[in-house]
Amino acid sequence: MKSLSEIDTISKRASRSVGFSWGIAEEVGKNTRLLEMFGLPGIKNLNYYFKIYKKQKFQNISLISKSNISKIPYCPIITGVNFLDQINILKEYDEISFENIACPILLIPFLSRTSEIIGKKFFLRIDKNEFLLNFNQSIYSNYFNKEIWEKAEKLKIIFIENNDLFSENEWKEIYKLSEDIFVEETDELKQKTAGAGLTDND
Amino acid sequence: MNVELRDPKIIMKLSKLGSFHQSKLSFLRSFLNEFKDWNYSRDLFDLDENGYGRAVYSFSKNNRTYSLVCFSNKIKDEERSDRVIATKWDAAFALHDGIPTKKDIERLFDNVPKQEIGRMSYKELTLSRANKSMRIFEHVIESLSNGKQPDKLSLSKVGYLYRTTAVYGSGKFGLADRFRIKNRKEIYGPFRLEMMLVYLVRQFTFDQVNYIAKCKNPKNAVELDSNICRNLGIGNSTGLGMAPFIVNHPTLLNNWILARETSLKKIREIKIVKNPESNLFLSCLNKSLKNVKLWNSESDFQQKKINNLISDLEKFISFLQANFSFDTEYPFNEIYLWCEKKLSDECIEYIVSMMMEPFNEIVNPLIKKMSSEEEKHFSIPTNRNISDLKNILEDKYSEIIKIDFSKKERNQNFWFISKNKEEPRIGDRFLNKGSELEQPLAIARDIKKLYERILVQKNSLTIGKFLTDNNDLRHVVRRAFIIEKFPYSEIQDNTIDSTLMPIDMLRLKLSFFGAVKFDPRSDKWLRINMFQGAPLPHELKSFDEHWIYNSLN
Repeated sequence: MKSLSEIDTISKRASRSVGFSWGIAEEVGKNTRLLEMFGLPGIKNLNYYFKIYKKQKFQNISLISKSNISKIPYCPIITGVNFLDQINILKEYDEISFENIACPILLIPFLSRTSEIIGKKFFLRIDKNEFLLNFNQSIYSNYFNKEIWEKAEKLKIIFIENNDLFSENEWKEIYKLSEDIFVEETDELKQKTAGAGLTDND
Repeated sequence: MNVELRDPKIIMKLSKLGSFHQSKLSFLRSFLNEFKDWNYSRDLFDLDENGYGRAVYSFSKNNRTYSLVCFSNKIKDEERSDRVIATKWDAAFALHDGIPTKKDIERLFDNVPKQEIGRMSYKELTLSRANKSMRIFEHVIESLSNGKQPDKLSLSKVGYLYRTTAVYGSGKFGLADRFRIKNRKEIYGPFRLEMMLVYLVRQFTFDQVNYIAKCKNPKNAVELDSNICRNLGIGNSTGLGMAPFIVNHPTLLNNWILARETSLKKIREIKIVKNPESNLFLSCLNKSLKNVKLWNSESDFQQKKINNLISDLEKFISFLQANFSFDTEYPFNEIYLWCEKKLSDECIEYIVSMMMEPFNEIVNPLIKKMSSEEEKHFSIPTNRNISDLKNILEDKYSEIIKIDFSKKERNQNFWFISKNKEEPRIGDRFLNKGSELEQPLAIARDIKKLYERILVQKNSLTIGKFLTDNNDLRHVVRRAFIIEKFPYSEIQDNTIDSTLMPIDMLRLKLSFFGAVKFDPRSDKWLRINMFQGAPLPHELKSFDEHWIYNSLN
């Protein structure tokens, strides 16, 4: 088994060798490590993308907008780098969509890291597959394919507001249960066992 | 009194970093302190009469065991090489996490002797190989088998029986990634398991010579005297591989240097130094002079530094005897200020290391802060603007941005990785092929390039927008925002200059390992000694923690 450190180093060097700058290559190294750690086929997709990278044309998006459409497939690495760099503007949108993006798996770690940076979960739909990106701590998905994902027709990113996943009533109920470990207050306990004294100001 | 931390623009110069010495902060010393109450054991020793075979040594405590698995092999003299391009070694080692099963040992036997072309598993933590010192190995066996101890003078000239030629960790060749073990309390502090490997290898070398001598002459052979063993370490040959490491791990580098600088600052701020503390400092100083005099090097560059160190130390001792009293307030501050005025860097840094000896309460808490979670500082704050970046460059790299890179000499060298064994090297840009495949280690040049490029940008432009068209400099934009928070994260020198001495970069790292007797064999590689004078495993429960300054034979 290859270690994550080897995956990081080799991905970085390979990215540089196909022409990405050292700074971007560093990002790709960290990303591929993340993909493999989360159980997604990072090396397989990166290897495939670099095989076709010199033979085909890819769209290098510079400024990302709410809706991004291209006849030539978007490069997932340049798209990811710019998404990461422009997130302070992009976070003003509720959702962002792309049409026609190559090897979409390679975009996922950029989005996952961005989720951590802005402190919001992302819901990601790539064609029929769904991903929940949780602050770069985990990725929850219905995608179990370990093969090469050549291209996505439609990709949508939705920023999820930081809301509870439970109702106020459910919270009250469980809070009440948690109080059962407390000792009932009495005057004697108040007088003899409190550390702060009898009044707040003495 | 508040003493300022020393200025990174002075401390992080390569000539200064190349004058650093081991100290209480060094990893091999902190390793011994951490593992002194662990149980040491030799679990397997299965060698033939020539010393070839396998052995297992371990440290264990509670439910945790670390086991060194050793394989000793027969090789021809002409196959023995310290170069990283070698393919065979006298012995090879892996540190296994836990107690290895027979199956594990067989798996390791198939892989460990192959080193870089073998594969380790997540159950292995570090990997290494070593060659015998041909100068003394046979002499030691010959003497012991004849019932005599070997000649101490010959031993002191070499200082070790074996020399490691590489020690790998952190995920290399399939070894365990650091994330798997980083929360273990006993390995807080960098390179602790690498130090364990080297320490246990040292014991293997003693056991091996004793065993061969005994097989050779069962009736008359004697064991190597414990005092002699203690005064032998493990040698190490180090090439350029270490140099990229300190550039590629900026926050880790910062934490090492910051620990040293914080120690010095706090020691200088002590108003009253007690007698036992000053006596310990003076005792280390007096004892160490003999060790420095035993430090020999064939390198003119190093020999000159050693001679200066000896004469400076003598000057310093005279100053203490004639003009100084520890009854004065802030005595170590007085000492430091005198040293800065009167002594060379080599001696200043030697004394700085020695100042730490009496002050466990200052030094020990800092040891735990010497690791780094580098991933946490990887993201570039793209919401910041050009004005912020310009301020950082002008403040933190003020000397670097003055360098004139239009001059050939400032661009003379380039760092690259050779295809053979992926070894880092440095070449002459104007003589050697391959500069188009340069590694991103010319930080000073790229910082200067970045500075020139942002000068024509609007101050309010965000870093995110700037990067859209300037991703070729992304690696140094990242570094600039790192140095803003980590002042000692960057070498304040030009690492491609014609005057560069790469061994300064190696010496910096090796001093933090705890190496002594730096012996440069060229400007690109050097030999050192580790654990020379250190307690033997059976002495760990109670040992003099200032052992490094004890006089060697």
